[in-house]
Parts: sequence; C-alpha cells; structure tokens
Amino acid sequence: MQLITCPYCGPREEVEFHYGGQAHVAYPADPSALSDEEWAHYLFFRDNPRGPFAERWVHALGCRRWFNAVRDTATYRFHHIYRLDEPKPETT
Amino acid sequence: MSELGSPASAAPLRLPEAGRIDRTVTYGFSFNGQRLIGHPGDTLASALLAHGVHQTSTSIKLGRPRGIAAAWAEDPSGLVQIEEPFPEPMLLATTVELIDGLVAHGIPGQGRLAEVPDSARYDARHVHADLLVVGAGPTGLSVALAAARAGARVVLVDEQSEAGGYLLGSNERIDDRPALDWVAAATAELAGFADVLHLQRTTAFGHFHDGYVLALERRTDHLGASAPRNRSRQRVWRIRARHVLIAAGAHERPIVFTDNDRPGIMLAGGARTFLHRYGVLAGRDVVVFTTNDSAYAAAVDLADAGARVHAVVDARAEAPEAWKEECTRRDIPVRTGQVVCGTEGVDRVTAASVASLSDGALGERDRIACDLLLVSGGWNPAVHLFSQAGGRLRYDESLGAFVPGEDREDTTVAGAAAGVLELGECLADGGRAAEAALTALGIRHGGLQAIPAAGTGSGQTPPLVLWRVPDPDGDGTAQFVDLQRDATVADIARAVGAGMRTVEHIKRYTTIGTAHDQGKTSGVIASGIAAELIGRPVGELGTTTFRPPYTPVAFAALAGRDRGSLFDPERTTAVHAWHLSRGAVWEDVGQWKRPRYYPLPGEDMEAAVLRECAAARGGVGILDGSTLGKIDVQGPDAAEFLNRLYTNMMATLKVGSVRYGVMCGADGMVLDDGTVLRLADDHFLAYTSTGGAAAVLEWMEEWLQTEWPDLRVYLTSVTEHWATFPVVGPRSRDVVGAVFPDVDVSNDGFPFMTWRDTTLGGVPVRLARVSFSGELAYEVNVDTWHAQAVWDRLIAAGERHGITPYGTETMHVLRAEKAYPIVGQDTDGTVTPHDLGMAWVVSKKKPDFIGKRSFARGDNQRPDRKQLVALLPEDHDLLLPEGSQVVEGPNLSEPPVPMLGHVTSSYHSAELQRTFALALVKSGRSRIGQVVHVPVGGSLVPVEIREPVLVDPEGARRDG
Repeated sequence: MQLITCPYCGPREEVEFHYGGQAHVAYPADPSALSDEEWAHYLFFRDNPRGPFAERWVHALGCRRWFNAVRDTATYRFHHIYRLDEPKPETT
Repeated sequence: MSELGSPASAAPLRLPEAGRIDRTVTYGFSFNGQRLIGHPGDTLASALLAHGVHQTSTSIKLGRPRGIAAAWAEDPSGLVQIEEPFPEPMLLATTVELIDGLVAHGIPGQGRLAEVPDSARYDARHVHADLLVVGAGPTGLSVALAAARAGARVVLVDEQSEAGGYLLGSNERIDDRPALDWVAAATAELAGFADVLHLQRTTAFGHFHDGYVLALERRTDHLGASAPRNRSRQRVWRIRARHVLIAAGAHERPIVFTDNDRPGIMLAGGARTFLHRYGVLAGRDVVVFTTNDSAYAAAVDLADAGARVHAVVDARAEAPEAWKEECTRRDIPVRTGQVVCGTEGVDRVTAASVASLSDGALGERDRIACDLLLVSGGWNPAVHLFSQAGGRLRYDESLGAFVPGEDREDTTVAGAAAGVLELGECLADGGRAAEAALTALGIRHGGLQAIPAAGTGSGQTPPLVLWRVPDPDGDGTAQFVDLQRDATVADIARAVGAGMRTVEHIKRYTTIGTAHDQGKTSGVIASGIAAELIGRPVGELGTTTFRPPYTPVAFAALAGRDRGSLFDPERTTAVHAWHLSRGAVWEDVGQWKRPRYYPLPGEDMEAAVLRECAAARGGVGILDGSTLGKIDVQGPDAAEFLNRLYTNMMATLKVGSVRYGVMCGADGMVLDDGTVLRLADDHFLAYTSTGGAAAVLEWMEEWLQTEWPDLRVYLTSVTEHWATFPVVGPRSRDVVGAVFPDVDVSNDGFPFMTWRDTTLGGVPVRLARVSFSGELAYEVNVDTWHAQAVWDRLIAAGERHGITPYGTETMHVLRAEKAYPIVGQDTDGTVTPHDLGMAWVVSKKKPDFIGKRSFARGDNQRPDRKQLVALLPEDHDLLLPEGSQVVEGPNLSEPPVPMLGHVTSSYHSAELQRTFALALVKSGRSRIGQVVHVPVGGSLVPVEIREPVLVDPEGARRDG
C-alpha cells in the first residue's frame, strides 16, 4: 500500500484517499455556449498517458480536502503534490 | 510426553548426537496411522525421515509416490494433511514443527478443509521501523547488528523457529568457532536494544510500495497443548519501514532428469540440514548429483556421519581440487563429466542410472544402487520480495540464476539473495549493505564494522548451468519440472510447440509454478528449459512475475479480528434497543441496521407489511428515519452554493420552509434527492438518502473546493447528531399535537413543507411537515441523546390511535404507491429527473446548475428514453419480480427480443388491494393505458402501464 502525502496532514496510507481523475479540467465558464460535442468533451474525454499525469485526490477519510498531484502512471510514483491554489509544476 | 519406548531403537536413522533437538524429551505422533516418535526441535519431516519414511503423498494427476525433497518451504512435494490438533490441509511436512500428539497423513495432491469452525484467534499489529531486515541468517544478522548499534529502529523477521538461516543446517565456523555461537551472541546482543523487534517464526510474505511489508507470525502451533489460550494463533504484522533490507537467502535448485520425482530424491542442502540441524541421516546409501561445489559438503558430511556415499556425479569436466581430496580421503568416487539420467524404485529410489554427457549426448549407462539421491543444480537467490515490489531482475550467467538487476531507493538485497553465496562474503556484504542503508536513512554510524572472519573455502570452481539431462528413451513425460502440478518437460515442449513464446504464457499453459510452492524450485528451471526449446537466451526470456504471498497464508490470518460483527462496523440508531425488544426483523442499509418490519406473532413479512401500511394510511404509523444523511450547510454563500448543486431553486427558500430537491451529476443523471430546510439566511440543513450521505458530502466538498473556492460555505455531517422520526397518517396530527402542546399543528398554523422549532421538557425539538408516504406527516427531529425519551412519548401518545411502528419495507411500499423514487433502485445512473416524471424539479430560471447543460444534449431529448411508470398486472395477486424485463408481447418474437425496460420496484399494496410495480419503460409516458408483458416463471404476464402515482394523485392527504 502506497503512502500519499496529504499537503495538510502529511503521509497517510492510500486507503484514506479517493481518486478524482484528471486535474486542471475546469468547469466551462458558460456551458450553454458550448456545442453538444464540446460539452461531451468536457464530460467524458480525459487524457490517459503513460508517465507523468496531473490528477486530483481527496483525503476522504482524513481532512476531506482536495489537492492535486503529478503521478507517474507507469511506476505509481508521486512526483509532485500541490494545493489547488498552487500552479501545476513543470513536468518533463 | 508419550511413553513409546526408547528413541534410539524406534527411530533408526536418528543419530545419537548432533542436531538442535532435545533428545531428553520424546514426543509421540501419528502419520498415516502409524505411531512414531520425535523430539522438541524436530519438524514433521525430520521426525519422519528419522524413521526412514520418505514418501508422504501421491501426486495430483498421475498418482506417483512423492516424498520429502527439501528441508524447508522450497519443498515441492512433501505435502501433508494435519488432523490434530486442528484440521488443516496442504501443509509442508518440512515446515510443520513437531508437537506431542500431532496426527497427520499424506495427501493425494489435495487436502481437506476443516468441517468445524476454527475457534483460534488471529490478529494483526502495525509496526514502523527505520530498517526492516528480512532473514536472520548470517547476512541479515550482521545487518541488524550494525543498524541496531547505530541506534536505528530495526525490525528483524525470520521464518524459521530460530535464527541462523543456512548456518543451522551446516557446520560452518565464524571467527574460528562454531558459527551458531556467533548467531547466539548476535541474537543476545539484539535482544538488548529497546528499539529492535526480532521475530522468529515470522514470514515476510508480501512487499508492497513505500516500504510496506506484510509478515505472518506463527505464535502457538509449536507450543502444542501448552499454548496460552489467550494468545492469537497467528498474527499479521503490517510493517512500514523506511528501508527494506532483504537477506532472504537462496533456494537450491534441482536438475531435471528422467524419473526425478521418486521419494528419496532430495536437494543436497536439504539432506545436510536434516543431518546438522535434526541429527537425521536421510539415507544410508547415497549418490550425489551436482553441477556445482556446494553439494560436495553434503557428500562429505553424510559420509562422516556414517552413510555410504557411492558416487559424486559432477556434470562438470573438472571437479574442484580441494573437494576431490576430501572425497578421496573418504573413499567417495568422483565421476566428472557424468550425469544421472534415470532412476529406479517405486515408493523409494533404489538405484540411479549414471552416464557421461558430452555435446548433449549420453554415453553408456551405469547403475548405482542407492536409497538417497541428492541433487544440486545450483542456487536461486530468493528474489521474491524484491521482485514483488517491482524490482527488475537480471540473469547472471556465472550463477545461472536471476539476481536483483537494479538499485532501488528504499530496498536493498544482500547476501545469498543477491547472489553472494560464500559465508565470508555474505558477512562482508551484510556489513556493507547496512552501512549504505544507514547512510541513506541519515542515521549516523561508526563506519564499516569489523567483519567476522569465516572460511571462504579454496575458491569456487565455476558452476555449470544444466537445466535438464536428455531423456535417454523417452520424450520427457517422466521428466518432472513442477512436481506439485505433475508438469513435465514434455508439457513445456507442447506449450512451445503450440506457439507459446513467453514464460507467462507457458506458465499458464503448463500450470508450472502455480501450485502451493509458487515455483520456488521449478520457476527458473522452466524458464531455462523453455529458453532452450525456443532457442533464445534465458536472460532474455526472463521469469514469471513474483507475486505475494511468498508462502501460503490462511484466509483466517488475513481476516484477523475482522470477522463476524467486527467485519464491518454496525451502525445503530438511538432507539435500536426498542426495535430489538419489538422483535424487528433487520435490514442492512449500508452499515446501518434498520428495522425492515415488526412481525406480530404468526405474521410473515407480507402480512406484517400489509398491516403496517394500512395503519399508516388509515391511522398513524411511526418510522425510525434517523439513518437519513444530514449535512449542515453554513456560510454567507450557502444559498448560492445549494442553488448551483440542486436542479431546483434553493436560494428563494424562505427561513422556516422546506424544499424537496434533486442533485444530478454534470451528465444530468440523478445522483441523490432529499429535503432541504432553511434554518437561517446563511444556514441550511440538507437531508440525503441513507446510502448516499457520505458520497453527497464528498460531492459537495469537491465542487466547493475545486471549482468554487470563492464561496464562503462550510459543510458538516450531522447525520448522527439528529434522530429523525416521521409520524405518519391521518391521526399523526393528534399524536404530535398531544406530545407538543406548544405547537400549533393545524394546517394553517403549520402548513406542508414548513418546519417549527419547539422544546419538550427543555429539550430542543424540530418538527418538519414533510412526507415520504403521501400522508399527512410530521417529522420529529431531536438530538440523539434524548431520542429514546421522545420516541417513548410519541408511542405513548399514539397508543389510543393504535400507533404502529413500521419498517423500511412499509416505507418502500408507501413511497412507491406515490411514485417517489429511490435513487439507486428506481434509478441506475442513466436516469434524469425528466425520466422520473419530475420535470417540475428542474429550474428553468437558473442560468446554470450542475447537470443543466446535459439536459439539452441530443441523447436526453430522445422520445424513446426510458421513463418511470407504474405497472398493474392483470392478475391482482401476481407480484412481478424486481428486475424483470418488460417486453411487447403477447408472444415473444425471435431472439433477440426487443426489451422495453425493466421492473424497478414491486409490492403488494394494502391501499389498492392488489400488487403493483414501478418500471422504467421506453417512451413509457406516451404509452399510459397500453398493455405490455413481463416474463415471469416461463410465461408472459400482461400488465397495464399506468400513471406512476397510484394513490392520492392530487396530494390531498399529504397537504391536509
């Protein structure tokens, strides 16, 4: 079981967290202005890379706070963990 | 202790001296119905061998006799069934510690589970460490000592009954004294450190991410009848270590040859262990077959103990000089360039066929009589734990084995597990590994410690890599690779012939490596043989993936204390005891225990529910609705926040009023529903479904934190703070008015969808006029602490009206008669509010809310969407099974039969005096009045589609 470092609580076991999918997919400013196709892309289309991936996590069984992380989907390693009000770190 | 005669005469192959057993105490045990004896310190295997018993079992597919082939967990064949003290299937005789009164027998490949419950206790503990050392052999002990001396928090686990590892089965020396003296001194020193946890009989069986290792401690079996009754039988240690040091040793590898599976054929190191550790001679007439130096020690040691060693058959062209001299001194013939190519014997090996092998061709065969054939094909480092955590392996040509192939930040492999096989080098490697690990952990240490001196022999003659000997007269069908699976060279050849080109495919095709031992002896050999047959280097082909557990772990141990009522938390409401006293039949709703119905004597569920329904519609009923989720929403922007989440308008809700609301996902599908009370301008109380409480809170937090951090809103779960008791039915006004005389309960003074605060004996109570039954109803909310008292007063006041407690089943019938949906029963994640006939709950005024844009998607505009309707079977007594398909009928067309929808809820109705159902049916709302069909028990049943609300569609009762 992995340890995930909650930015508010510190390292905790993986089972305390829930996964929240790809990060930095903002709710559209004016959904009514979007075509069905554009709206469908917001709803259903997400990246699925092998390697670093910015994603959302919530410390569901702890402080209940959401945060972002860059995790390598091939090794499961967390490269960066950052608060929602912090910018996405540069990844290579 | 049993009085069964003198040990010496009863166990003819037990030596008078040597070994780590206590000859002053004699244990009696039974194997295959035979009374035998052994001593403390024995395993079942060593005690059997002391009687000359090699065969333990017959093989699973072919029924061939199989025996003890190694001295520990790598044994692929010595499987037994334990009957006493507690039935347990498929244990290795080599890993069962002997106790007095043990009853066991061999098994034909499979064992039998106990038919009585296991009354033993199993538990788990967590431990954190700087350094976890796996293995208390020479390498692991030297690592643990160095780390302990540096002040590190150390956990040292080892699977055997005592520390020493390989040294327990040898006569090595360290610092010119018996190596076990050094082991004793090391363990004594470790015991003096407060921050060292040293566990024997503890197998690290799984290595996961971030230094997480699971280990199983066996705590009582070896104590037999003297085991303390309050001690757990086994314990799972959940170890989180900053650094994991694997010093798990190596497994000796057999060589595959024809008829290599007979009892009496054993790994050379195993026989040496039986000799040195248990004082048992595994045979009197010995042939040793080897490809490397290590087996010579077994030949020499067994000869010194009185066995006749008729030959050392060394497949290499040259034998090591020093060992050759030792053999000569003992009159042991050494045959170089030769191999064992066959055996004789039925339930015990009686002879080995020996022939020269050059350029893959066997020479003339020579027959040597023997009762013990020792084999050594080299050593496989125990890389399991390294590989389990994702460590990559590399093939080492000189060892003919896979070794750790990369450095990992938080894991080190040292000693034999890393391919370092000489004792002196292991001790040095342990010191180096400890130093590196401590440096990486930032723990100050005094530099490299003095390494104890141990003989490294006269230098190794390089081993020969030989996976298998050619089959002289056959096609490999008697050349066993995996003894437990009866899988042979012929099976691998068939797999390769069928086109398999990876070991993972070959493993699944042949089942090699999938049995009890998970391929400890067979895995690498299978790779080697497959590589030869495919014509690729074995290093390229690789091994199959190592997965936990390293050795079998009982489910009982993994479950630990989490059994029965401790398996999952049980949540009970404040009036649980009252329900219990009324004989409630329970329904599990998530973790909650809810009364399903309250049967009177002689009533079944149907009768009880009809009675409860009639009471709620005709008089007064009361429900314990405390399990409803409740979320306290506060803050200046609370109204705006709820407005964005619910499909309907919440910002316009007045203080003192209640509104029913629906929440959808961004995809427009119904997520949850419930009522919302506005307690103040900046304060709301949102009710959720019982099952949806946690998910709704997380959903709210997600939007608040990730999309609308500018909103000043705070969310708190108050589910367990409030008990909630709906008092339901035409007489509810009388009951509530009597209990709360201060409240004007008239329709004008307290209209539908409003709430009022009051007190009862100084206790604050909140009343709300909401209805999940369609009846006049008052929901009584009070803090959990005072809930029982308030419930009692409601029951007492209701007595003269015949107040009837009802459970979830009646609640469901009442709400279904009103077509109030249950999210997750009448919906399934593809259902919009419009599909439920609740377009009225979707605001047309709000510019946006979660889900709004999706309602305009083309797919949500389709006229043939499934819509919620009621179904009335033409047969009034026929209850449609929930989940039934709805089809056109009256006859079934050719398959595939077009499906119109399915039944989501189905009940008997006391009010309607008949059965009814809710269903999601394509274009359902435009088919009201039509007859469709439902297949029930092999026939098609006609049902009429009706408007979903069957009782009081105008809502006169509810509003009254």
